[in-house]
Amino acid sequence: MADEVILLSYWPSMFGMRAMIALEEKNIKFDYREQDLFNKSQILIETNPVHKKIPVLIHNGKPICESLIVVEYIDETWPGENQLLPSDPYQRAQAKFWADYIDKKVNGPTRLIWAGKGEEIEAGKKEFIEVLKTLETELGDKTYFGGETFGFVDIAFIGFYSWFDAYEKLASFSIEAECPKVIAWAKRCLKRESVAKSLPDSDKVTKYIPELKKRLGIE
Amino acid sequence: MADEVILLDFWPSPFGVRARIALREKGVEFEYREENLRDKSPLLLQMNPVHKKIPVLIHNGKPVCESMNVVQYIDEVWSDQNPLLPSNPYQRAQARFWVDFIDTKVFEPADKIWSTKGEVQEKAKKEYIEALKILETELGDKTFFGGDTFGFVDIAMTGYYMWFEASEKCGNFSIEPECPILMASAKRCLQRDSVVKSLPDPEKIVEFAFKIRKIYCV
Repeated sequence: MADEVILLSYWPSMFGMRAMIALEEKNIKFDYREQDLFNKSQILIETNPVHKKIPVLIHNGKPICESLIVVEYIDETWPGENQLLPSDPYQRAQAKFWADYIDKKVNGPTRLIWAGKGEEIEAGKKEFIEVLKTLETELGDKTYFGGETFGFVDIAFIGFYSWFDAYEKLASFSIEAECPKVIAWAKRCLKRESVAKSLPDSDKVTKYIPELKKRLGIE
Repeated sequence: MADEVILLDFWPSPFGVRARIALREKGVEFEYREENLRDKSPLLLQMNPVHKKIPVLIHNGKPVCESMNVVQYIDEVWSDQNPLLPSNPYQRAQARFWVDFIDTKVFEPADKIWSTKGEVQEKAKKEYIEALKILETELGDKTFFGGDTFGFVDIAMTGYYMWFEASEKCGNFSIEPECPILMASAKRCLQRDSVVKSLPDPEKIVEFAFKIRKIYCV
């Protein structure tokens, strides 16, 4: 029986992008269903009743929620190609540590940049640069966060790259000037088909932000 | 070569206790080292430079940080007994989902119950009970969250079970009438050998909770 794989997502979401990239890395055919987060669909509410958030992966009718959990599920269910997490337990723990770091430390300051006002934007920028520098140190001279192969931590972070342009314009700074290795890494990731297919144009994201703020009631 | 396993921990921590329980479930010999979080040891700062938090598991000199990460690592390394995560990928994803829920939706209000008062505390109590009720629905008729066997989600919750009495006293409310089924499961967890050996005296937790309250607000 062929697998039925549906992904409920939202095009600017860096969390949705993680799931897409993982599916593409594994060459899995899936039905992408764009969600309107301001008018949530029945299927979204039914498959993620606890959080009502995207992404939701629906595999043969069964839902999996939370982006990094989805990525891990994809890796475990389709183990054949392009392993996303290392097989060694210690390296797996390191990968999960850094993905968790990204989840804890990136959203706060970047949200201040795109949704904040005045001093908040400056504060967000400062904190974001610190976080980027920590990630840059962890990356070091490696091709990807995991070493030679594209994997879990790269997938956790790369979606934010599609918002970099917007952050730079809103907070008047250059990420490349602060963290050149991060930009170099991002460009390497973008050469991968899975990433190129899953990330929206930076321009599109930057143009969308004022509309997003309006819909969220932030001006 | 024998394994060298050290756990940097702090006795009342609901996160540290998770690591202790996991190690004992697997029968792993380890050296417990108490950390003074107001005067962190050079070892802690060296092993967890990013967050400087406990628990940190140091296995043959290599550190693993973040409590549920530590639990998963323990499960994978000492895989021969008492599996803590299911083997089926879908069930594993469900277990991870519920632990993520616990660490966001239970943690945030619980923290406020211990360290605030008045309206902020009242709001936190409501959110805390709501989160516990959602967990109770998920638990359903099962003995433990994973079914018949004590596992990943139960370990995550035990840290909060051990703080139930302190939460109730700080917030002046009672959890059992709100969530009797969850409470029954909590009592089963609290009887497990690995848990009994890992938990401090509940009275000491209450004492500690009131100490924090004095520092933070009341």
